[in-house]
Amino acid sequence: MKIIETYKVNAFYGSNHVLKDITMEIKENSVTAFIGPSGCGKSTFLRMFNRMNDYIDGFRKEGDILINGKDIYKKSVKLEELRQEIGMVFQKPNPFPKSIFENAAYGLKIRGVKDKKEINERVEKSLKKAALWSEVKDQLNKSAFSLSGGQQQRLCIARALAVKPSIILMDEPASALDPISTSKIEELISELKQQYTIIIVTHNMQQAARISDKTAFFYLGDLVEFGKTSEIFTKPKNKQTENYVTGRFG
Amino acid sequence: MVTLDPELQALKENLLEMLDLTKKQLASCLGAIEDGNMKMAKDVLQKEKRINDLELNIDRDCENILALHNPVATDLRFVLATLKISSNLERIGDNSKSIAKFVTKNIKKSNLHILEKFSAKRMVNIAISMLDDMGEAVEHDRVEPAKRIAEKDDELDESTKHALKIATKLIKEDPENSDLIIKTYTIIRRLERIGDYIKNIGEEVVFHLEGKVIKHSH
Repeated sequence: MKIIETYKVNAFYGSNHVLKDITMEIKENSVTAFIGPSGCGKSTFLRMFNRMNDYIDGFRKEGDILINGKDIYKKSVKLEELRQEIGMVFQKPNPFPKSIFENAAYGLKIRGVKDKKEINERVEKSLKKAALWSEVKDQLNKSAFSLSGGQQQRLCIARALAVKPSIILMDEPASALDPISTSKIEELISELKQQYTIIIVTHNMQQAARISDKTAFFYLGDLVEFGKTSEIFTKPKNKQTENYVTGRFG
Repeated sequence: MVTLDPELQALKENLLEMLDLTKKQLASCLGAIEDGNMKMAKDVLQKEKRINDLELNIDRDCENILALHNPVATDLRFVLATLKISSNLERIGDNSKSIAKFVTKNIKKSNLHILEKFSAKRMVNIAISMLDDMGEAVEHDRVEPAKRIAEKDDELDESTKHALKIATKLIKEDPENSDLIIKTYTIIRRLERIGDYIKNIGEEVVFHLEGKVIKHSH
């Protein structure tokens, strides 16, 4: 079932037209990869799904983005609720200067959850889902900064999961990590897809090929091709896509 | 140019060399069965090793490209197709060797007429022209020559059927010579198999260039 629908989405930074008529459907419980050279608009498009671009001066959008059938740019939409539904993980792990436990519990506490038992349960559950629990269960009160980069990134994923989102946006979540941490994140993404819809921006083509079900190739603000990952990487329909995935431009 | 391009170019050159050598082996077979030319038959036996070496080189290069460059799309299809093409060429080489061996062991001038009745020369010429088509397809990334070889393969199949009828007739006429007639007929079977291998190569070229699977009636 489709969870995200976009219809003729255009985006502008001032006079700079960065996304052009993007129409796309994303199914739930799937991993979708956005690929394309720097400046192609993929991160801008990703960030439109939880309205992260709203704070950028001169940003303007046209067209519709529907999540679960609802227009997320309607005035009545509350951003806190939208971002509870749609979590985000960034390129660089960004834990707060707090304990591991407090990081995982942060989203719950700011949303007014006070029941300690519930908080404990949800922290444990989200750390387990993020495949971090067994590594940190005996040191929950230690600073999040004591963790390795890969562990910090999984903590950020746990923090996003704790508030029970249905969609997780990932903007190059493994680009700052070593190969082993990267493979743990990739493994985690494949497991999380059972319960969540994941959209990932990545410059690592092999990563997109390994973990995603569908791949969207963007170039100069256009959605050039959107299809099954297995087809994009074996017989893409568009010559530009072929040139990009084979490393011949970009 | 991407770092993979020189590797792919080198792979293509090896493949073209293997194709050319395989074609020359068949041409030598033609000379051998045309007039029982022993020198040409022995030449085929000597050059067989070079075809095997090229197959091993291509295997190794494909393995390296897959492991080190993670090719995708057309590059991946080229590497996969090359692996299969070289394997088919090696089998063509094996069959040429068997034909040459037969000549060195069995052919006496007086027996050449059996091969003539089987239209063996015509079959070798068809196979050589199929390999010409393949050379053109691989060298210039052209799909048309690859598509037209199916018809030529049908001609080889027809010739094989025809040769079987002739063999049956010859055995009836001259039962004492049946052993030699059957052995000679195996050359025709080998040429028919060579046609099948070249057809396989054509299918791989189409897979590389168009991403379409046409084998097994897909």
